[in-house]
Amino acid sequence: MKKIYAQEKYCIGCRLCEVYCSAVHSEYPNDLVKAFNRSKIVPTPRVKVEEDRPLSFAMQCRHCDEPHCLKACITGAMYRDEESGAILNDAERCVGCWTCIVACPYGGIFRDESKSKVVAKCDYCLDQGDPACVKNCPNGALIIEEGGE
Amino acid sequence: MQYVIVGNSAAAIGAVESIRNYDTENPILVISDEPYHTYSRPLISYYLTGLRDEESMMYRPKDFYDKYKVETMLGRRVEAVVTEKKQLKLDNQEVISYDKLLIATGGKPFLPPIEGATGPDIYNFIKLDDAKDLKEVAQPGKSAVVIGGGLIGLKVAEGLLKNEVAVTVVDLAPQLLNSILDATGADIVRKCLEKQGMEFHLGTTAKTIQNFGERKIVGLADGKEVATDFVVVAVGVVPNKHLVEDTDIKVNRGIVTDESMGTSVEGIFAAGDVAENHDILFGQNRVIPILPNAYEQGQVAGANMAGQKSVYPGGFAKNAIGFFGLSMVTAGITTAPDETFQEYSSQPAEDRYLKVVIKEGKLVGFVRINAVDRSGILTGLLMQQKDVTDLIPQLISEEIGLINLPQDLRKARLKGDAVQ
Repeated sequence: MKKIYAQEKYCIGCRLCEVYCSAVHSEYPNDLVKAFNRSKIVPTPRVKVEEDRPLSFAMQCRHCDEPHCLKACITGAMYRDEESGAILNDAERCVGCWTCIVACPYGGIFRDESKSKVVAKCDYCLDQGDPACVKNCPNGALIIEEGGE
Repeated sequence: MQYVIVGNSAAAIGAVESIRNYDTENPILVISDEPYHTYSRPLISYYLTGLRDEESMMYRPKDFYDKYKVETMLGRRVEAVVTEKKQLKLDNQEVISYDKLLIATGGKPFLPPIEGATGPDIYNFIKLDDAKDLKEVAQPGKSAVVIGGGLIGLKVAEGLLKNEVAVTVVDLAPQLLNSILDATGADIVRKCLEKQGMEFHLGTTAKTIQNFGERKIVGLADGKEVATDFVVVAVGVVPNKHLVEDTDIKVNRGIVTDESMGTSVEGIFAAGDVAENHDILFGQNRVIPILPNAYEQGQVAGANMAGQKSVYPGGFAKNAIGFFGLSMVTAGITTAPDETFQEYSSQPAEDRYLKVVIKEGKLVGFVRINAVDRSGILTGLLMQQKDVTDLIPQLISEEIGLINLPQDLRKARLKGDAVQ
């Protein structure tokens, strides 16, 4: 299965991946300005840039083969999409107990501040073509491929 | 080949999903004494507060049993296992044969010796039926005594309070959440709950429950008496192992299992709150009654039942819990048991507290109150048992990231599937 990989040497820490991730998961997925100006609360980005100069990289869900979050989910909201293999969270069934957050060794699941008590995680932008973080990285620091570097 | 699973919660579902990864043909029968589609036990507290109903607390979608080709006998109790005949005896005298058996019967309430602790208006809080009963009586203006200030006790207490029931919690321990939290963290939780109007009698225990007209009087060991409309006994859970009594299946506190989740009898497996297995932090066998472990144990058991070689690596306690907006995660050993452990913590504030427990340079436990984000990075370190001596300041900061990890660990986690 293809995964998104961060290339530390190319990441400049600009956080555009976070910006586009928020936008694409807002009510205005195709309009950056409206996404940030008109959303009551801008969705929490599902990718996180970590930075300690000169090192920086962007990190999101690893869509594990043995997902700790899915095993830990108390409601059954976390599931594997059969078609894509992605690990997705059903917001309707999620109660925001945060068990997946304490279970994920990658720190790849976040509290979604735009909704009450639901987690946000990378969904590969499945309904948007290529992931927004990959598409919009200005320096090619995020790649989507099999296996990784 | 007939697979039979006794139980219908997380461990059972983990086993079903796992068996079907390897064996799509042979029949699976799930037997449970509860008459419901598989539902999430932890969600009963959401049911009590009205945030979830029966429909929305299902653990798997409605078509689950069809999709996984599972036959069910729901509302049927297994009375005994006859290991030499590979048979189960049901409460209606029916006999069921199995080739591979999983015992996933979960826990049952521990009932402490309290005089008068049976009869009407005395409740437990483990199953959906318990929550339904409580929802009926939890009327505004009523009062309740909850015996037990652990996870179950406090969740039921919170739920009752949200139903405008006046709640008094009694616990033998001098602190709340004794099994998952240290004294400092517990103090923050108590203050938060007191602010909401909950009352506490800690360091004492209920001795008697007497009927007094329509009401009850709970007599405490310290001589005090609390008048109440109803009582919830929520002291804890013990393995629900009645069906293996008088068999050759080895039982300690729970059903003893090996790394395949197999019991001492060939072809019989156990998983979840009924089973005991290796605790990687305590270095001994324990029952760790939490849902994530139940599911994972069920998954391992299922794979082995289907002829695979799957190994359960052992577990440890981890919990995410919240009360009235105070959210926290804890894992492993949260109070240093002796001087071979070291504790490091942030300065506790009214609503924030971070702590780690270290042994021989390795992380063995943590507490993060209102600092939930990315806490799984610590869980990963706990599982990996790598030296974290140089990381301690970061481990008790809110801003933990993969960037704080040594390069080899960071690179591995960025690649994924690094922590098993």
